Amino acid sequence: MFLKSKDLLGLRDLSAEEIEYILETAKTMKYILMTKNKKAPHLQGKSVITLFYENSTRTRLSFELAAKYLSANAANISANGSSIAKGETLIDTGKTIDMMGSDIIILRHPMSGAPKLLAENVSASVINAGDGMNEHPTQALLDIFTIVEKKGSMKGLKIAIIGDIFHSRVARSNIWGMLKLGAEVCVAGPSTLMPPYLENMGVKVFNSVQEALIDADVVMGLRIQLERQKKGLFPSIREYSKLFGLDEKRLLLAKADAIVLHPGPVNRGIEISTEVIDGNKSLINEQVTNGVAIRMALLYLLTRRDNNENID
Amino acid sequence: MRILIKNGHVIDVASGLDKICDVMIKDGIISDVCEKIDVKNVEVIDAKGKYVLPGLVDMHCHLRDPGFEYKEDIESGTKSAALGGFTSIACMPNTNPIIDNEAIVKYVINKSKNDGVVNVYPIGAISKGQKGEELSEIGDLKFAGAIAISDDGKPVPGASLMKKALVYASMFDMTVISHCEDMDLADEGVMNEGYQSTVLGLKGIPAAAEEMMVARELILAEYTKTRVHIAHVSTKLSVELIRNAKKRGVNVTCETCPHYFTLTEDACEGFNTLAKVNPPLRTKSDVEAIIKGLKDGTIDAIATDHAPHHADEKNVEFNNAANGMVGFETAFSLAVTYLLKPKHLTIQQITEKMCVNPSKILGINKGTLDIGKDADVIIVDLDEKRVVDVEKFASKGKNSPFDKFKLTGTVDATIVGGNIVVREKILM
Repeated sequence: MFLKSKDLLGLRDLSAEEIEYILETAKTMKYILMTKNKKAPHLQGKSVITLFYENSTRTRLSFELAAKYLSANAANISANGSSIAKGETLIDTGKTIDMMGSDIIILRHPMSGAPKLLAENVSASVINAGDGMNEHPTQALLDIFTIVEKKGSMKGLKIAIIGDIFHSRVARSNIWGMLKLGAEVCVAGPSTLMPPYLENMGVKVFNSVQEALIDADVVMGLRIQLERQKKGLFPSIREYSKLFGLDEKRLLLAKADAIVLHPGPVNRGIEISTEVIDGNKSLINEQVTNGVAIRMALLYLLTRRDNNENID
Repeated sequence: MRILIKNGHVIDVASGLDKICDVMIKDGIISDVCEKIDVKNVEVIDAKGKYVLPGLVDMHCHLRDPGFEYKEDIESGTKSAALGGFTSIACMPNTNPIIDNEAIVKYVINKSKNDGVVNVYPIGAISKGQKGEELSEIGDLKFAGAIAISDDGKPVPGASLMKKALVYASMFDMTVISHCEDMDLADEGVMNEGYQSTVLGLKGIPAAAEEMMVARELILAEYTKTRVHIAHVSTKLSVELIRNAKKRGVNVTCETCPHYFTLTEDACEGFNTLAKVNPPLRTKSDVEAIIKGLKDGTIDAIATDHAPHHADEKNVEFNNAANGMVGFETAFSLAVTYLLKPKHLTIQQITEKMCVNPSKILGINKGTLDIGKDADVIIVDLDEKRVVDVEKFASKGKNSPFDKFKLTGTVDATIVGGNIVVREKILM
């Protein structure tokens, strides 16, 4: 089996079979990751470039390590300190990277749709590492991988996603992916941070965190960006935390064996309490490890696709 | 030059003409319209099987000249208009410099006389520099030749300034054209707020951002007993508000554009920047309401909002892409395909919306084939099919979401002031 597209732009574009295939491949990659020597030849001779227009710790590092563990040549470009700061367009920057012989460009961009624009203009494969409020597919894949690893399957699980859905690319990617794999998705957050017609995507929308949490198998907290409060989208951090913060008491509403995820970085004590982050339901650290495995899988599958173009 | 258009089906709403007859043009004037005119030594155009209409009048377009000639200039823009059947066009003032003073009005008029192939009527700015702060010299604009005022592209943010504009312009019986958008509510949105904006993760502009300001303009016009024209109406509630205001006797007219009776927000799927326009493409129920408003007369005019851009301004991130689409060379075909053929409007009604009413609203002596009037005439085929090909546009702007659309209705010939500008679909 091969991925249909040359690029990974979002989970909206992937079939359930493709998602499962990526998860399966990531299992093998996690095995490599857990060995002592953490080096495999899958990407030998391939070049992987991360092109980041926004700050990132875990996504960028995890892509870079994933590439290196698979023996690829990896290089990084950031918006500041490159010609992007001189006003070069995304397409021109992309073509420049393309012409240096890169096989995969990993793009993070503040504007929705930017990876698609890049993908249409370069011959390298493009992986979306988060675009505006659109998608963050590798994050969702690692979330799903973490859930499936623990629960066996997505089918029939009740997932509660809590927080700022409006601005969250993580939420959008997860919603597409989880629904495709047969889960039930409930979301809750301040009504001012809920995008319109969200229920048309196939999720249940609640304004009370309690309702969303009842009998949940998986609870996902989202990062609340503190600058949203300054724009008047909710009255105060204090009130947000009081109404929507995830703490041990609220988590009692979920199933006894519920697990807790968070894409990070975390605002401790605001959207999620320190006790929950460091508690036994939390899989936040596993998520980070699995993120490397998922990205290794994607790098491998996208370059493998390239090698087999003629027989595909 | 004398031109005789033979055997066409002539439609003239003003004179009530609706039959096959001949049209005689002499010295730039319509000299005769009747059955079987036989004159020797004239240029004969056979219009058998076709319709002969007054030249179309576009009351809302952007010619980008001066300042943005890389997008369009008066020559390319008027050629594009002529190919689309427009013989008179009113251009918006958001040029660089902005048309907010006598000198720029005269520049546009003079350049149009030299380089233009259709009649060009500049629209002046409501406020100096379109900044929404103080009135431009509206009297000067009027006497220099501006036919209306508008800050199009932007709203007039303050109700007080808009009130003053309406009252002051009424001294000169000058049409005030309002771009209705509450910027605070629009809040940097880039497409319609709805299911598509949620899916694409793009910030939405709610329909209410338009409707709130439509309501404001209607209330201001009623309160000051002045006349107002609402530009590019795109939502169901805007139509409803205007319908009610007209019933109350408010002196309001309005226009819509072809993209608002043909496309929905779904056109933005895949981050298609060609579908990025302001006001944004709305939903199916809005499209239906626009058509209903055209049918019952709430919407007076169809304007293009022709907004040419360079390819580089569209081949970027959706957020960074310029707003607007070219419209001259598709407007008539879209009206035929989406309004005439499904029997929403008759050809007489289309003539009203695209010739008669815009002329009336702007106060120009156009939009009719009456004897003695300027010979601005088009010959159109209401049944001929075409496939839109943006590469063939005369406009410098190729930014049309209608590329490759299969449409019905073509413009065969365009005559401006007795000069044949387009013949057999080719610029002369």
